[in-house]
Amino acid sequence: MALPKYTEPHYRIWHYVYLTICGAVFFFLIAPLFVIFPLSFNAEEFLSFSEGMKRLDPDAFSLRWYKDMIYGTKNPWGLAAKNSFIIAIFATIGSVILGTVAALGLSSRHMPYKGLIMAVLISPMIVPLIISGVAIFFFMAKAGLAATHTGIVLAHIILGTPFVVITVTATLSGFDHSVTRAAASLGSDPVNTFMKITLPLILPGVISGGLFAFVTSFDEVVVVLFLAGLENTTIPIQMWTGLREQLSPTILAVATCLIILSTLILVTAELLRRRSERLRGINR
Amino acid sequence: MSSETKQILTTDGIPLEVSLKKAERKNKIKAFLLVAPLLLFLIITYVFPIGDMLLRSVDDKMVTQMLPKTFKAMENWDGQELPEEEVFAAFHEDFLKLVEEKREGKLSTQLNYTKNGFKSIIKKLRRASKKFEEGNYKEQIMSVHKRWADVEYWRAIKRRAPEVTSQKYLKAMDMYKNEDGNIVSVEEDRRIHRVLWLRTLEIAFFVTVFCFLMAYPIAHLLATLPMKYSNLLMICVLLPFWTSLLVRTASWMILLQQQGVVNDFFVWTGLVADDNRPEMMYNKTGSYVAMTQILLPFMVLPLYSVMKTISPSLMRAGKSLGGTPFVAFWKVYFPLTIPGIGAGCLLVFILAIGYYITPALVGGASGTLISNQIAFHMKSTLDWSFASAMGLMLLSGVLVIYWLYNKIVGIDNIKLG
Repeated sequence: MALPKYTEPHYRIWHYVYLTICGAVFFFLIAPLFVIFPLSFNAEEFLSFSEGMKRLDPDAFSLRWYKDMIYGTKNPWGLAAKNSFIIAIFATIGSVILGTVAALGLSSRHMPYKGLIMAVLISPMIVPLIISGVAIFFFMAKAGLAATHTGIVLAHIILGTPFVVITVTATLSGFDHSVTRAAASLGSDPVNTFMKITLPLILPGVISGGLFAFVTSFDEVVVVLFLAGLENTTIPIQMWTGLREQLSPTILAVATCLIILSTLILVTAELLRRRSERLRGINR
Repeated sequence: MSSETKQILTTDGIPLEVSLKKAERKNKIKAFLLVAPLLLFLIITYVFPIGDMLLRSVDDKMVTQMLPKTFKAMENWDGQELPEEEVFAAFHEDFLKLVEEKREGKLSTQLNYTKNGFKSIIKKLRRASKKFEEGNYKEQIMSVHKRWADVEYWRAIKRRAPEVTSQKYLKAMDMYKNEDGNIVSVEEDRRIHRVLWLRTLEIAFFVTVFCFLMAYPIAHLLATLPMKYSNLLMICVLLPFWTSLLVRTASWMILLQQQGVVNDFFVWTGLVADDNRPEMMYNKTGSYVAMTQILLPFMVLPLYSVMKTISPSLMRAGKSLGGTPFVAFWKVYFPLTIPGIGAGCLLVFILAIGYYITPALVGGASGTLISNQIAFHMKSTLDWSFASAMGLMLLSGVLVIYWLYNKIVGIDNIKLG
């Protein structure tokens, strides 16, 4: 944003003040994440930069905590990671199927009580997690599903579907329904039309909704804390216990891995968003 | 002309209007059937359990079921003087049954909620009741302890007769029903819940304000910069957005601890002495700083999506018509961003008011919110009905905001990423 030459001095100053403020806010947003990287390579057991690290002494850095994360005898990260991935994958599949089908119905112009039903379907996203946690716990306890993988997967489907519903209805809002009518007039049955015409066109929206559902499940801790037993421990639960009890650098190693994972998800989500915007003909 | 000739018929001979209505109904059912699986799933696993919370929060059947005969006998008692022998006899009968089932401890806990002092006299009664003789229970029970001869305690028992109670809701507001049935506040120094409610509102409000003040300039920058720069800067907003909440909280714990990076920096610049490092964590400051950073993307994204649609020529027009840049901004640009401001503020406020994880980790005792209290009662004291009551109070607040959000922005206008 170059300023035009005729800008008066005090606006020029204001412009630089504004840029400085923006810079500070961006720093505030992103810098905390980058503290974790170097500290996770700390050779010592402290969570602050040692003298050696400040001098960039190679001996002050090590992969000790990464080894501890993978091979550590008492570390439950292996089990937690396995559980987290299993739960997140099943929760994503469930959310995507239920959410996409519901979004198809919701974006039909014949849908009765659209506003009310949309409000119910999105409510798990708006209701504070702690309340969802209490309610879901009561249900799972009654259904005998507390402390089971099934229970946690179902809980995460509840929390994940709103994201799928929102992204897929958004994608469908720019959808040209004449193509499905064309398919029908050429003799295709509705299921075939959906699989061959609609789904490929809305796929970016479906996948990005799925990514939201995956991340929601993978990061979710409040509801899991109510539901999980020792066998169902997940990465967020382990991090939560670790942060409450003793802040060990192993947690930072895990956190670094999680940041890398979220970077990958961010890149995928961004690419999908652009592709979907291109498909919908939104040019910016 | 008769009405029949006016009607347009389809090829099947059915009036067009009827045929259209039929098709319409069919389409409606089709659309509804698509939504039905998710709707049904959510109603069973989510909406009903929230209703279950409501039932639990007012449920007071426990004592009613433990003392059925007593309450029946008490129906005619006016509560002025000590009850008649028949009440004592019924109470004795109920009590014997409870002792047999080893449930008298639960009764004493429950009655103690209503009035302090029941615990010890029920213990005494259990021991004494073994030697009770048949008949004249009034005398025998009253001789166990002087409190059993105190009409106040019998009134306290009678107050537990109804199956529903507002007691948990009153307790959440630090109030209770006293002996005369009036609603009064607890003593000043025991009003912990009111403090928590106010603090929750205060923190949610200020976090929203801070987020707004920080998000507005950067959303504006992102919306006005050329694509190639703004895409790069957008990562600074989106990466935290996609990163695990616990990772971000962990990074704040590292930054804010007394030997942490921020304090090291302060000492290095000479702002504070090394032996006088300020406590920035385990208090309100910790909650404010961490929650603001964590919720900031939720403010930036709605603002950005609104600002992106505002044409830059509007500002130029404002300026060319003689407005200074500030006037043009205030009169032209700012009013156009109000929908984004509303969306962002309500979203952040709703999220902040129910925050649990971050305050629990960095908030300490003075930075925790009502959600932490709910979790505490769910997991530690196991007073689930109290947790339900507080949860529903919080929920009703959120629903009011949700309703406002729907009025102002519309639920379907929520944008993600």
